[in-house]
Amino acid sequence: MKNFFTSPLAKRIGAMVALVATIAVMTGPPGDPTHPMAGFTGSFTERVSFFGLFPAPRGVLFAALGLLAAGVVLMYRRQAQPSVAKLRDKVVPQYHALAAKKPVRGLWYTAVLLVAIVLPHVVTDPFWQSAMVSQIAIYTLLAIGLNVVVGFAGLLDLGFVAFYAIGAYVTAWVTGALPVPAPFHHVIDAFWAIPVAIVFAMIAGVLLGVPTLRLRGDYLAIVTLGFGEIITIFANNLYGITGGSTGSKQIPHFSFHLGSLKYLWGLDPVPYYYLTLGFVVLFLLIFSSLEHSRVGRAWVAIREDEVAAESLGVNPLKYKVMAFAIGAASAGFAGVMTAGQSFFISPSTFTLAFSINILVLVIFGGMGSIMGVVIGSLVVQTISMYLIHTPPAGFQNSDLYIYLGALLIAMMIFRPAGIWPSKRRRREMTPATLEGEAQ
Amino acid sequence: MSGLLHFFSSHFSTLGHEFWPLLVGGLATGCIYAMIAIGYTLVYGVLRLINFAHSEIFMSGGFATFFLMRWLVGTSTPNTFETVLYLILGVLVGGLTGAGVATVLERVAYRPLRRRNAPKLAYLISAIGASYFLFNLAAKEFGRINFSMASPYVNHSLFTIFGAQVYMSYIIILLVGAVMLVALDRLVATSKLGRSIRAVAQDAETASLMGVNIDRTIALTFIIGGFLGGVAGYLYGLSFGVVYTMGFTPALKAFTAAVLGGIGNLRGAVIGGLILGVVESMSVAFVNGAFIDVVAFGVLVLVLLFRPTGILGERLGRSA
Repeated sequence: MKNFFTSPLAKRIGAMVALVATIAVMTGPPGDPTHPMAGFTGSFTERVSFFGLFPAPRGVLFAALGLLAAGVVLMYRRQAQPSVAKLRDKVVPQYHALAAKKPVRGLWYTAVLLVAIVLPHVVTDPFWQSAMVSQIAIYTLLAIGLNVVVGFAGLLDLGFVAFYAIGAYVTAWVTGALPVPAPFHHVIDAFWAIPVAIVFAMIAGVLLGVPTLRLRGDYLAIVTLGFGEIITIFANNLYGITGGSTGSKQIPHFSFHLGSLKYLWGLDPVPYYYLTLGFVVLFLLIFSSLEHSRVGRAWVAIREDEVAAESLGVNPLKYKVMAFAIGAASAGFAGVMTAGQSFFISPSTFTLAFSINILVLVIFGGMGSIMGVVIGSLVVQTISMYLIHTPPAGFQNSDLYIYLGALLIAMMIFRPAGIWPSKRRRREMTPATLEGEAQ
Repeated sequence: MSGLLHFFSSHFSTLGHEFWPLLVGGLATGCIYAMIAIGYTLVYGVLRLINFAHSEIFMSGGFATFFLMRWLVGTSTPNTFETVLYLILGVLVGGLTGAGVATVLERVAYRPLRRRNAPKLAYLISAIGASYFLFNLAAKEFGRINFSMASPYVNHSLFTIFGAQVYMSYIIILLVGAVMLVALDRLVATSKLGRSIRAVAQDAETASLMGVNIDRTIALTFIIGGFLGGVAGYLYGLSFGVVYTMGFTPALKAFTAAVLGGIGNLRGAVIGGLILGVVESMSVAFVNGAFIDVVAFGVLVLVLLFRPTGILGERLGRSA
């Protein structure tokens, strides 16, 4: 019996039980302060009907699901016996594929773009139309920007929201929606805020990046985490400048007039959708060409071996700060888009939850893989929005945060390179497994 | 110019009046920072990474003792014997909860990655995921308001130093903190476990060749750091109450303290914590209360700019 408890099988069963119990608690009913254990016990005792087919306590349901999953895992393990030859067959083509030229996928991209263009005419539900702009398109834009920092340069930025807030507040400032007087005398529209916001966000990125990145890359994560909070404190308390917790005054919508050509973006989300979509495509083009440029190669070199890169004449600090500032600028840009679309901005929008949400999109899709990040954003944000729009029984919106946190851990354990990984990144994230088992 | 002079003279006169009270209060807060900072610096020593989920170890200690104190103390007024007993129980339960959460965290979020020899970025991401998961789970299970903890003692002023009131809570924090920190210092400096922690921090591979069990040492490092973090959660909760986000700001400041003292340096973490506590407390005389949290951040950036190795210098692996 003692042998059983220390055996790998017992450990695996224990891990499985713990995992199923955690999922049961995550999806279970909330507790309350007077009965702190109510949420935990309720997660197992509360009765579910499961569409009337399976009336039982949650504990029984989850035990059954756990057994089912264990069976599937066992069968999968039986089949997948690693052998040297198999691993070699898996690894060698990867190295060749890295050297091979990318096939032209233009047709695919055009098809996806066409679907994206037609989509708002197919989906006419107002919730989804506005979600497509403010929750999916803008988040994709932000994820593409964060991917430069996390994916290309391998730096963890947990205060992405700070630069987004800078962009939004600069927009409010330039258009005269803040208590502090605007820099221009006549009212101008939000388009003019774009260059100003990008410059401000970049300056903030450089100021924060230089002292931090000079020393150690991993300090950046905690410094940016702190910076995200600081920005919120400033936004909340500098009444004379930011308007404090009540936020800004009304920000004018985007408008466009060039000679006789005039267009005003109003309350309808669809024109905003097209505007944002256009910028997403633009970002995709810029960043994917950046990836394969000299700068992109320098990032890869620093990420994989900083000492070796430095000895070959790549200045790590310069390229790291550059990546960080580019990420900051794209967040600032997204801030302009949001501020121009929404009526006003207030500090409550700019929270840690926002930074983590964007990070999840990048990690889920695949760090360093632009297509992966786009797919990740679409999948995660669509599921989130679906859960918020049509919540299953017992679901609260704040449960989403728990799921996102768990998703981050799960991705790092099971699929660190993401669901649609870049080939190079997949090798980086799992070096020991391939080499260790192949020997 | 004269306006500027007036600004400083008036603020320094505030500081002059309030110097001793601010110093005593700052030392008590600093002691809590020091206990959290130890957790960061220990883990940084052996794994070379920032344990983002340390803030949630602190929070779990706070919540466990909040429920314990409600059960033990409730609305009663404990006598002296009960006060001492409850405090000891609180420290034990807070510490053990912290150690337990730290162990689970190490097993779930770190060990699988260590097995795979994953890059540092992966650890940081899984740690921030764990932190986010834990505090949002706490929000779901325990609610989102700030609960004030039932106190096992009456927080009256015991005596005065140079006109500064010294409250019961300060004495308790400083006493518990001093005992914990001295015990830790001795543990790391003299015990076999301490030697293996130092060996792993110096060179994990060589240490394992010399017969040090790396997995066990890392697990124990998390347990020690977690224990101190959990106790800090209890002491913080007694003064400020508990809420699911309680870990966030103190943990950022504790990390600042660890960097200020020199990361990896245990005594540095203590000194950094105390200095940061006092600086923050004194800055009340100069900045609006709402911006107090900005001060610690400013200290962090200044340290990174001008003395990135901290006051006592980094000690990754050298004897503590």
